[in-house]
Amino acid sequence: MYAVRAWSVRHARGLNAFYRGFEALLVGMHGIFRTLGYERIERPVAGVEKVVKGLLFDCRMCGQCVLSSTGMSCPMNCPKTLRNGPCGGVRDNGNCEVKPDMKCVWVQAFRGSERIPGGVAAMAEVQFAVDQRLQGRSSWLRVVREKTKNGPPS
Amino acid sequence: MRFEDEPVPGYPLPILPGHTSPGRFERVLRAGGFAVTTELAPPDSADPEEVYKRARVFDGYVDAINATDGSGANCHMSSLAVCSLLTRIGYAPIMQISCRDRNRIAIQGDILGGAAMGVCNMLCLTGDGVQAGDHPQAKPVFDLDSVSLLDLARHLRDEHSFQSGRKISFAPRVFLGAAENPFSLPHEWRAQRLAKKVAAGAQFIQTQYCYDLARLRSFMEQVEALGLFGQVYILAGVGPLRSAKTAEWMRKNVPGVHVPDALIARLSGAKDQAREGLNICIELIQAIREIRGISGVHVMAYRQEESVADIVERSRILQGRSPWYPERDATQFSHRTAT
Repeated sequence: MYAVRAWSVRHARGLNAFYRGFEALLVGMHGIFRTLGYERIERPVAGVEKVVKGLLFDCRMCGQCVLSSTGMSCPMNCPKTLRNGPCGGVRDNGNCEVKPDMKCVWVQAFRGSERIPGGVAAMAEVQFAVDQRLQGRSSWLRVVREKTKNGPPS
Repeated sequence: MRFEDEPVPGYPLPILPGHTSPGRFERVLRAGGFAVTTELAPPDSADPEEVYKRARVFDGYVDAINATDGSGANCHMSSLAVCSLLTRIGYAPIMQISCRDRNRIAIQGDILGGAAMGVCNMLCLTGDGVQAGDHPQAKPVFDLDSVSLLDLARHLRDEHSFQSGRKISFAPRVFLGAAENPFSLPHEWRAQRLAKKVAAGAQFIQTQYCYDLARLRSFMEQVEALGLFGQVYILAGVGPLRSAKTAEWMRKNVPGVHVPDALIARLSGAKDQAREGLNICIELIQAIREIRGISGVHVMAYRQEESVADIVERSRILQGRSPWYPERDATQFSHRTAT
C-alpha cells in the first residue's frame, strides 16, 4: 500500500534497527531451519515474507532484498526496476516520470538512507543485475544460508 | 587535431598506451581536445542512404555521432545497424544501448557485434519508459539498469568473458560512456550517481540538455569534490531552442529537461525566435567551455540537425581543427596519386 510504503521510508531508522535484530534471530535459528530442511520451509517462509514486506514496502519478492541499502524504499517499485539510483526523468516535484502520481522511489530512498546509520555510504555501492531465478523466493532464508555458509540458495 | 595514422575508412586506429579503444573520439579526449559530439536520429526506413544523408550534415564539425537506440521509446532503425553503416565509411559513431528493449543475453551479443563492426564507443543508458513512445503496449524489459550495463560491458572488455563467466576469444575494444542529468532531482545526489557510473566503468559522460548554468556549475563542483576530475571526461549536452513555445513544451513534456524562465522570456521577446535560440545555444557553449572539468559538448539538435555546423562554427570550439570525415582528405589523396 502506497501510504504504508511512505510511512516505512519515514521510519527507515527504526525498521532497519528492527531488521538487524530479526536477521540475527533468524541466523540463530539456522540449526532448526537445517533440521526442517531449507527447501521444505522455503514456500511457507516466502509466503510470510511476501505478506509482511508486501504490506510495509510493496515488496515484489525479487529474492535479493537491498532495502537496507536503499533507505527502506524498494527499488523494484521503480517502473524501470532501477537498482542504482534514479533515472534522469524525475519530475520537479520529485515524482516519477512514468507514474506521475507516485514519488520517485529513489527520491524516497535518498531520504530514507539519511535516516539509517551508514545508509548514505550503502547507496554508493554498485548493485549488480538481479538474478531472475530468485524471483518469488525468500530473501530472509537466502541471507541466513549465506551468513552460515550453508550452500547457495538455488 | 590531425593524427598521422588517420584511418583508412572502416579500419581501426592502433590502440595507444592507456587507451581502451581504437577510436578517434577517445584519442581527441585523451589528447586534451575540446570534443564535439552530436546525435543522429535513426530513420524510419530500411534505406542506408537515409543514414548517410543524416550523417553528412555534420561533416567536419563533430568528433563522434551518437546513434540513438529507440529514443523516446519510439521505433526506428536499430542503433547497431546505424553504427555499422557509419563505420563502413569511417565515421566514429557512439552506439547507444538502452536497457528497455533487450535483456542481458541480447545486449552482450550486440556489444560483441557492434565492436566487430568497428564501433569504438558505446553509451550505456537505462532508456525511457515504454509509456513515452509510440508503442506503449510493449513489454518493458529493464533486465539491467545503466550501471549494471556498464559493469557488464566493462567485464566483457577487461575480463574477456560474459557475465556467466564463459570466455570470449577476442574482447570488444570499446570506450564506455554513460549519461547523467545534473538538472533532475534529487540534485544533491546527482554527482554521487555519476561517481557510481564511473565506478562501474564509465569513461565519458554526456549530460542532458544544459540550460541552467548555475546548476551545472554547482554539479561540477560536487563532481570535483568527489575526486572525479581526471577519471572521466564530461561532455555537456546543449541544443538550440527553436522558439519560446518549443521551450515551454520541452520543459513540460520531456522528462528531465529544465529551461529557466529567463531563457523563455528572452526567446519570446525576440523578433526571430529561431535565430535567438541559436544565439543562446552558442552563448551557453562558450560559457560551458569555461567551466572546470568539462571536456566537450554534445550538441543535440533534433529536427534541426543542419544547424549543428553553424553552432559549432560560430562558437569556435574547434579552434581551427577539422574533425575527420570521409571526404576530408580527398584532395590530398588525389594530389598524391597525381604525382
